[in-house]
Amino acid sequence: MTRPLRPLIDLLAGDRTADRIVPPSGFTARLTSFTAGAMAFLVVFALALSVAAGRMAERWSDALAQTATIRISAPAAQMQAQTDKVLAILKETPGVAAARALSDDEQKKLLEPWFGPDLPLDALPVPRLIDVRETATGFDADGLKNRLAAEVPGAVLDDHTRWRRPLVAAADRLRLLGLMSILLIGGATAAMITLAANAALAANAQVIRVLRLIGSRDSYIARAFVRRFTLRALSGAAAGTLAGMGAIALMPATDQAGSFLTGLGFQGLGWLLPLLVPPAAALVSFAATRGAALATLRRLT
Amino acid sequence: MIDFQNVAYNYGGGELLTDISLRLPPGSFHFLTGPSGAGKSTFLKLCYGELHPTAGRVTVDARDLRSLTRDQVAALRCRIGVVHQDCQFLDHLPVAENIALPLTATGHPVDPADLSALMGWVGLMPLAQHRPPQLSGGERQRAALARAVIMSPDVILADEPTGNLDWDMSLRLLTLLIELNKMGKTVLIATHDLNLIRSAKSQVPVRVLRIRDRRLQLAGSDL
Ligand SMILES: Nc1ncnc2c1ncn2[C@@H]1O[C@H](COP(=O)(O)OP(=O)(O)OP(=O)(O)O)[C@@H](O)[C@H]1O
Ligand SMILES: [Mg+2]
Repeated sequence: MTRPLRPLIDLLAGDRTADRIVPPSGFTARLTSFTAGAMAFLVVFALALSVAAGRMAERWSDALAQTATIRISAPAAQMQAQTDKVLAILKETPGVAAARALSDDEQKKLLEPWFGPDLPLDALPVPRLIDVRETATGFDADGLKNRLAAEVPGAVLDDHTRWRRPLVAAADRLRLLGLMSILLIGGATAAMITLAANAALAANAQVIRVLRLIGSRDSYIARAFVRRFTLRALSGAAAGTLAGMGAIALMPATDQAGSFLTGLGFQGLGWLLPLLVPPAAALVSFAATRGAALATLRRLT
Repeated sequence: MIDFQNVAYNYGGGELLTDISLRLPPGSFHFLTGPSGAGKSTFLKLCYGELHPTAGRVTVDARDLRSLTRDQVAALRCRIGVVHQDCQFLDHLPVAENIALPLTATGHPVDPADLSALMGWVGLMPLAQHRPPQLSGGERQRAALARAVIMSPDVILADEPTGNLDWDMSLRLLTLLIELNKMGKTVLIATHDLNLIRSAKSQVPVRVLRIRDRRLQLAGSDL
């Protein structure tokens, strides 16, 4: 066996005797694994929630920043004149980047989901839609509304994206709550593992005493506990994470951009994100157990 | 090597040991006697820093035990092999692993041949895989002695190592300790067994200490 590989192999293999110096404690072990698993499951959901909320906020705020629609309902004969008038007004309105009347084909496509493909658009009094793109600063919606009301009575400004503004704020808030939940779950995990480690240390006071008497250093004694709890947390969290990912994968999905509920989940590389949960749980457990062990060993002189 | 300077100790009640000054030079062989409850075990605990004196000081290699960091205490205990009166094993590990523990717990490799030889000497080979609670009192003491010497420590402190042993086995353990002493190890044995002391005296230069009236005396030729 080559020398340089030695430390890595030792790390992976662990110290068999060091593991054995602490007597096995089946029940605490299972509780720790279960806790880590349950927490990992919750973290995966919180993560999915945050990611989905973030995605939603982004999409909505994009749409928000850019578009509004003007709907013109007029007798067929006046339709073109009113459309031209509105476009002319929009051209003079500050804050409007571009405006364009939708073609019949485009309108047909919009209505298709509701009325089917054979819609006789010419025969129906379908309003004409004008797609308005705002500049970054946006236009004065009330001013434009008033002017349209005065000059083109058939035109209605439908700043439909504006009602989404509070929704974007809510989505942002939701993402923040999700992230905070992850931090809280991490903290709760650390607290619970600290309690479990302290219980294990207290239960093994005699083991610690004997090890001390034969000249074990604190770091060696602590490592036996730390390794055990870290491995338990890692395996528990791995199981919890897989369960969480499975549950999310099984959520009914739809490609329709709309619904928040069906949008809850990871996309593409986002699926790699929950894979960080088990190592994070191991890290939390490592820090918590090590802190608890070294503190206890310092107290027991 | 181990130095007591005007050491006193009490557990919180009256003084148990008073004004003890003593030098255990490297390579020396001492017995410690005294009535039950006189403080022999307490004296040994002061030697390896499990207890600290309530007055005076104990130094090992001129370093005050009280001033050592915990890692330094650990390192010191690797150089002092102790047979505790109550043995102190890890009850969930087999005897063989308990005996090897001072090596494994400090990251030293265990040579199976050495371990077998040592266990054979103290007559524990057939019990290697038993747990300590399954052993008799004498078997536990033999295991404790094996564990105390496995690191080949500079100092061996043995608290009643033969208290539960028959005479033949006592002599066997004594021989082990005498051989180690001849290799230069410092040995201190607390015991009530006057025959053991006499037997040792006939083989190596031995000093006998006695705790009487809270003080340490050098016992005379009455032993
Ligand atoms: N942890 C303790 N707390 C209070 N008193 C103690 C403690 N340990 C020992 N003692 C008392 O100190 C005295 C000396 O105890 P020690 O164990 O040193 O005696 P000993 O000489 O080894 O006796 P033996 O020959 O019976 O082993 C005893 O009276 C004992 O009751
Ligand atoms: Mg005693």
